[in-house]
Amino acid sequence: MAESHSGPNGASNGMLDSRVPDGPMADKWTDHKFSMKLVNPNNKRRFEIIVVGTGLAGASAAASLSELGYRVKVFTFHDSPRRAHSIAAQGGINAAKNYTNDGDSVHRLFYDTVKGGDYRSREANVHRLAEVSLNIIDQCAAQGVPFAREYGGLLDNRSFGGAQVSRTFYARGQTGQQLLLGAYQALAKQVAAGSVELYTRTEMLDLVTKDGRACGIVTRDLISGEIAAHTGHAVVLATGGYGNVYYLSTNAMACNVTAAWRAHRRGAYFANACYTQIHPTCIPASDEFQSKLTLMSESLRNDGRIWVPEAMDDARSPDRIPESERDYYLERKYPAFGNLVPRDVASRNAKTVVDQGKGVGPLRNGVYLDFSEVIERDGRTAVAAKYGNLFDMYERITGENPYAVPMRIYPAIHYTMGGLWVDYHLMTTVPGCYSVGEANFSDHGANRLGASALMQGLADGYFVLPYTIGDDLAARLGEPVVPLSDPVFAQATSEVTDATQRFLSIGGTRSVDWFHRELGKIVWDYIGMERTSAGLEKALSEIPALEAEFWADLRVPGSGANLNSSLEKAGRVADFFELAKLMARDALVREESCGGHFRAEHQTPEGEAQRDDENFAHVAAWEWHSSDTTQTRHVEELEFEEVALTQRSYK
Amino acid sequence: MSGANGVTSQASQQSHGGTLSLTLRIWRQDGPDAPGRFHTFDAPNISEDMSFLELLDIINERLIEGGDVPIEFDHDCREGICGMCSLMINGRAHGHELATTTCQLHMRKFTDGDVITVEPFRAKAFPVVRDLVVDRSSFDRIIEAGGYISVNTGAVGDANQTPVPKQAADTSMDAAACIGCGACVAACPNSAAQLFTSAKLAHLNLIPQGQPQRWERTEAMVETMEQFFGSCTNHGECTEACPKEISLDFIAFMNRDYVKAKIKNRKLTGQS
Repeated sequence: MAESHSGPNGASNGMLDSRVPDGPMADKWTDHKFSMKLVNPNNKRRFEIIVVGTGLAGASAAASLSELGYRVKVFTFHDSPRRAHSIAAQGGINAAKNYTNDGDSVHRLFYDTVKGGDYRSREANVHRLAEVSLNIIDQCAAQGVPFAREYGGLLDNRSFGGAQVSRTFYARGQTGQQLLLGAYQALAKQVAAGSVELYTRTEMLDLVTKDGRACGIVTRDLISGEIAAHTGHAVVLATGGYGNVYYLSTNAMACNVTAAWRAHRRGAYFANACYTQIHPTCIPASDEFQSKLTLMSESLRNDGRIWVPEAMDDARSPDRIPESERDYYLERKYPAFGNLVPRDVASRNAKTVVDQGKGVGPLRNGVYLDFSEVIERDGRTAVAAKYGNLFDMYERITGENPYAVPMRIYPAIHYTMGGLWVDYHLMTTVPGCYSVGEANFSDHGANRLGASALMQGLADGYFVLPYTIGDDLAARLGEPVVPLSDPVFAQATSEVTDATQRFLSIGGTRSVDWFHRELGKIVWDYIGMERTSAGLEKALSEIPALEAEFWADLRVPGSGANLNSSLEKAGRVADFFELAKLMARDALVREESCGGHFRAEHQTPEGEAQRDDENFAHVAAWEWHSSDTTQTRHVEELEFEEVALTQRSYK
Repeated sequence: MSGANGVTSQASQQSHGGTLSLTLRIWRQDGPDAPGRFHTFDAPNISEDMSFLELLDIINERLIEGGDVPIEFDHDCREGICGMCSLMINGRAHGHELATTTCQLHMRKFTDGDVITVEPFRAKAFPVVRDLVVDRSSFDRIIEAGGYISVNTGAVGDANQTPVPKQAADTSMDAAACIGCGACVAACPNSAAQLFTSAKLAHLNLIPQGQPQRWERTEAMVETMEQFFGSCTNHGECTEACPKEISLDFIAFMNRDYVKAKIKNRKLTGQS
C-alpha cells in the first residue's frame, strides 16, 4: 500500500476493528445510537453524499439521507431507479413482529440468522438487523406497500424457508417488486423536492480517494459516453452482488461487481468472496445459448417430491419409470426433513445424482420435482390455487405442462454473501466509503436465510446508515468537499478514459459474452456447489489463462462515444476475472465447509458440511495491492457471546 | 452479415425442441435525430426453447464476429418483472403472446419460415436512444409528480395500527403489479399513458395510507402525464398489450378521481 492512512476501523495496519460497541447484545444498538455524534439539522445540508445503486439498499439510503437534510446524488446504470434487481425477489421479507403469536422475537430472529449463517456472521450486526426488522414493516406499510392482508385488514404472515415461526410478510409473489417500488417512490418524492439529484444510465467506474479518504467517484454516461467525476463527503456503494461471475445465475443480466471491485482496488477490503448461495429450485438450462436461469419459488418443495431414475442415462419418459425404479433421494437420506432440507443440502444432493449420470431432461441436467401425488390427493384445483402462477411460469419457459409431467429443476447461483468488508457503521476500510445491501459482506455469514435479503437491504438503507454516517461526518463539519479541480479527479478520470479506450483497441476476434460464458463454466465447475483443493488450484491456473486471452483477443465493436453495451460488459467481465481468482483463493484457504462453501475434503461421514470453528470462526478480508500480486488476507475474529456453536443436522 | 457459423448449430444440437429458420427485419437507428431503417437478418436453426431476447443475443454474437456493431436493446431481469425489455414485434408491444413480456416470449410461439419485424416502442414521449432502445424517463416524471405517500423514514407507527380492508389491499396490489415497461403507451394509437398513471393512482388511492394526498396526487399526476402523452380515447389496446394484464377499470377509476380532485382541491384550500 502506497498510502499510510489510518481509517477509523484501523485498516491500514492490518488489524480490522469492527467497531462493535460494548455492552449487552440487546442494548448495543440502542446505546450506540445515543453515544454517536449528531450533525445538527441545519448543518446536514452542508454535506454532500454520493449513493451508487438504487435497489432496496441504495434507494432507501438515498431517500432517508435526503429526508434528514443531506444533499444526495444518486446514480443508477438503469434508465430508472425502479429497474434494480431487488425487483425480482419473490418470496417475502422477514420481521420479528410476532403478529402470529407463535413465539417469535427479536432474539429468535437473531438466533435463527446466526445459526442459518452457519456461525460465520458478526453477532452484533445480526442483532441490530433483527431489531430494525420491526421498523421496516412499519415503514413499508405506511408507504403503501400492498402487503397481503387477513380478512380483518391486518397483515398476513407465512412461514418461509423452513422457519419454525411465521414471520414472513409478502405481497403475492412480488414482494421485492413492491418493496422496491416503495423505496423508489420515497426517492422520487425527494427528487421532486429537489433534495436528491438523480443520474440515470450512468455507471460508476472508479472510486476517488484523497489522502486515503473517499472523496468521489468517476462515472460514464452510458448514452453519451462522457466520463465525469463527482465529489462528495462520503460515497455509499449499494451495487448488489456478484452472482453473475458464474455467467448463468438468477441475477439480472446487468448485475455486476464493478463498483465494489473498483473500490476494492482503491483500498476497500473484500470479504468472504467464497460465500455464494445456490438456490435448489431453478429451471435447468435448455441449451448453450441460455442467457440466465429462472428461479422457481422454494415453496414448491412443500408439496413436490424430488426424484431421479435409479438407472444411469435412463431415457424413458417419467411416466414410464415405475415407482420401484425411482430414487427419491432426499426422502431416503433425510427421513425427518425429506424434500424440505435447507437450500445447500438440497442443492448438493442434486449435483451428486446428476454427476452420477442420473440427471433427467434432454441435457441430463436436472432432477424431477413431481406433483402427481399431491394432485391426486388434493385435486388439480387445490394445487392450482397454491402454485398456479408458478406452474404457468414454468410452462411458459419450458413448454411443458407440470400438471401432467414432473417439473425439472436444478440448482443455480442466486445470492452472494461475500462482499465489501464493512464495520458496524457499514464503513469499508476506505474512510468515507460505505457499503450497504448485498454489496457488503455483513449479516448473512456463510449462508443467507430465505426472506432475509430484502430485510437486510432495507435495514441498512432506512435504519442503519442514516445514523452511522452522521457519526463519521460530524467530525468533518466545516470541511469543504474536495474540489473537482483537484488533481486526484483528473488522474482518476484519465485512468478510466484509458481503460475504456483499451477495450475498444484490442481488436481481437471474440465477443465479451464468449469470454463471460467460458469464465462462468470454470467458476461453476470449480468454485460452485462443491469445491476441492485440486479443483480450486485448477481454477487458479485456468482463469488467468482465459483472462490473458481476454486481453489479447477481445473484440468490442463500436465507439465509446455512445450507447455501447459490449463496452459496458467488457469492463464488468474484466472485473469478474479478478474476482473469480479471489473467490478461488478465499475458498482454497478456508479449509472447512460452512454454509454455501462446501469443501469436499471437509465433510462428516454422512456427507454433511464439517466446520472448523477452532481455525476458521473468522471473517477473511482481502487487501488489494496490484494486478500483479495476490491480495493479502486479513482476519476479523468472530466472537459468539449469545449463540452456542453447534453442527447443523437435518437427519 | 457474417454467414451461418458454429454458434447457432451448436445451440440447435443441444436443444430438445425443434428449430426454426427465421428472417428478421430489425430497426436500426444511430441516435435520436438520426434517420433509421430496417436491416434484414437471417436466423437459421433457432431453438424453439430460446427466448426472443436470446435470439437477439445470437444475432448480436454473429454481428460481433463479423466485425459489425451489435443491435442495442433494453433488457435486464429476463424474468418479466423489471420492465426493462420492450420491442414492437410484428407491430405488437412485447409480441403477440398475451400477458407476456418480450423476455418471456419463447421462439416456440413462432413458425418456421416466419418473417419477424422488430421495432422500438413508438411514441413521442419515448424518443429513440439508439436502435431498439427508447427513453422512458417521462414515466419517472409522472411518479415524481405525486406517485408516493409522503412519510419520512421513521415517522410511522406500528403497521397493524392501520388496518387495510382485504379487498382494497388486493385491488391495490392488482394495480401495483405494473412494471412500468411502457407497452400501454406503445400500443395506444394516441400514445396515451392512462393505464400506467391510473395503475399507480389506484394502487395508492385505494388504501387508507394514500388518502391524505389523494386529491393532490391525482391532479398532479394526471396533469404531468398530459404534458408528455396523448389523450385516451378508450381503445383498450393498452390493457390488451399489458404483460401484467392491468385492468382498464383503473382508467375509469382515475377519471372519476380526477373530476373529484378538481373540486376537492379547491375546497381544501378554502375556495368554493
